[in-house]
Amino acid sequence: MVEHRKFGNLLPHLVLWTGILIVAFPVYIAFVASTQDNATIANGQMSLLPGGHFLETYYKTLFVGTSGTTREPVGTMLFNSFVMAMMIAVGKIAISLISAYAIVYFRFPFRMTIFWLIFITLMLPVEVRIYPTYKIVADLHLLDSYAGLTLPLIASATATLLFRQFFMTVPDELLEASRIDGAGPFRFFWDTLLPLSRTNMAALFVILFILGWNQYLWPLLITTRDDMQTIQIGIRKMIVTSDALTEWPVVMATAILAMLPPVAVVVLMQKLFVRGLVETEK
Amino acid sequence: MANVVLRNVRKTYPGGFEAIKGVDFEVGDGQFCVLVGPSGCGKSTLLRMVAGLETITAGEIDIGGRVVNDVEPADRDIAMVFQNYALYPHMSVYNNMAYGLRNRGMAKPEIEARVQEAARILEIGAMLDRKPRQLSGGQRQRVAMGRAIVRQPKVFLFDEPLSNLDAKLRVAMRVEIRKLQRRLSTTAIYVTHDQLEAMTLADILVVMNAGQVEQIGSPLDVYAKPATTFVASFIGAPPMNLIPLDAEGVRARFGGAVAEAGVLGVRPEDLAISSEPPAPGGLTLDLAVEAIERVGPETFVYGTRSPGGDLAAISSKPGELPPDEIIIRIPGQEAPAIGQRISVVALRHNLHLFSADGRRRIAV
Repeated sequence: MVEHRKFGNLLPHLVLWTGILIVAFPVYIAFVASTQDNATIANGQMSLLPGGHFLETYYKTLFVGTSGTTREPVGTMLFNSFVMAMMIAVGKIAISLISAYAIVYFRFPFRMTIFWLIFITLMLPVEVRIYPTYKIVADLHLLDSYAGLTLPLIASATATLLFRQFFMTVPDELLEASRIDGAGPFRFFWDTLLPLSRTNMAALFVILFILGWNQYLWPLLITTRDDMQTIQIGIRKMIVTSDALTEWPVVMATAILAMLPPVAVVVLMQKLFVRGLVETEK
Repeated sequence: MANVVLRNVRKTYPGGFEAIKGVDFEVGDGQFCVLVGPSGCGKSTLLRMVAGLETITAGEIDIGGRVVNDVEPADRDIAMVFQNYALYPHMSVYNNMAYGLRNRGMAKPEIEARVQEAARILEIGAMLDRKPRQLSGGQRQRVAMGRAIVRQPKVFLFDEPLSNLDAKLRVAMRVEIRKLQRRLSTTAIYVTHDQLEAMTLADILVVMNAGQVEQIGSPLDVYAKPATTFVASFIGAPPMNLIPLDAEGVRARFGGAVAEAGVLGVRPEDLAISSEPPAPGGLTLDLAVEAIERVGPETFVYGTRSPGGDLAAISSKPGELPPDEIIIRIPGQEAPAIGQRISVVALRHNLHLFSADGRRRIAV
């Protein structure tokens, strides 16, 4: 639909800018708050312009931590969250690729049964199976470890289905050409299927990284040591409800810092991400 | 270099569908064999069985004196060109051609030499660094050929390689494939549904229908003496006119030697418009002209046989034409007007006779 009216672009722009303001304003406030000193915020006298404590607050947040409730600096939390999100995203992609490959390209007994079993797990998210999963992880002595944080979240029906759909669109002739070219199952997977899946993998990585980064319930249960906690848990712990004073600048700085890695991933991989979602050319 | 022998080859799918019902033929060393037939006749399946992409239910396939029934495709010493080319989309043209050689552990300089040689032959040297999606259809076709050539296989297998090209390019590539195959003198099996491609390329033509071989022979033999009405109507365009006759009609035309009902066949190009009666034994038909197609050098005339002509029509209708429709192919652009009644004649030695079921040619 192309319209040529003088003010034709005005309304869409108005709507878009309103949306952007609604989303961006709280983020801006958080940033402003993180640069002011705690007393100003506690008094309710916070201005809408950044204050002068930027370097001081962020240094304290990243390397020292709050004076009271959380003894670990946010740097450690960022590292934990990053490791967890990476392991979940990479692990999910790896395992889904392999299982989708098996389901699409190999004939073995109960192939469809297995496919449906994987499919059914879509109905059982972590929250539903949280008790047995916790029990297993505890019995395996994986509490307070990266393995415990990530392994139960790695198996992924969604990603398996996505790769299955993609593999089914790859023309059979490519497999046949590979067979004639002397490439066995492993070589075909590695030399042909993986490079073709690149954009899909990238798109999935963006989604899964953010999913892993935003995990809250599972890390809350599985980590008790301060040096294992993720940033999502850390923020929550910083907000004190008892009589102690919440250090709002630090909390806000942590929130800003927590937002940066997912934003970075989206920005860096945006091109591949979009191509992975829309590309049809084989 | 090798010959390819098929001995009573059969293919039955798990569902019980019999795709290939016992096929025997031999392709001599360096010969160009074309499998031709309508869609679903099993020609591609047969080719894929030679390639090793389909299992063989019964019978033997022998390449260069070695039975290859249980040999992996990569070890059969064949190279295949697919209909959609099946180029690896993420690899450069060079790597597309080199991939198979690398997998066999060939030394780098040797690979380089072979790819460069193939690129020179096919004139794709300038695009070795490009990806397949940056190439035109004809260029992709050449790369697919190149991938086959570099392997220096015993047998080339072509699965309708030209059907994705436009008409002009198809003719050009057809000639090129033939020249190339001659030059390399590598045995080739080529599948197509295009009878023109089949006629022009083949040393041996194998006409297939419904999982069976209808006729094997040199293209001109098949054209001159089709073994069945199926071959008669499949080879040659427009197809041969087929006119069912009862026993009486057959005896009247071909003398007492044949005493059964049959099908009379006459090619459109063997019919001429003439009011003169033909030489003794010849055929005369009275037609009402219904349509004219002028293609430039020649003209096709479609007519309906009018009652009271030389032959009486009877029930069955083998072949593709409606029983009463006759096609004539005449040189030039002169043609009778639509609706006009004309008389066409054919010489005795241009008439073909088949059994009434169309499965057998009767010598006359």
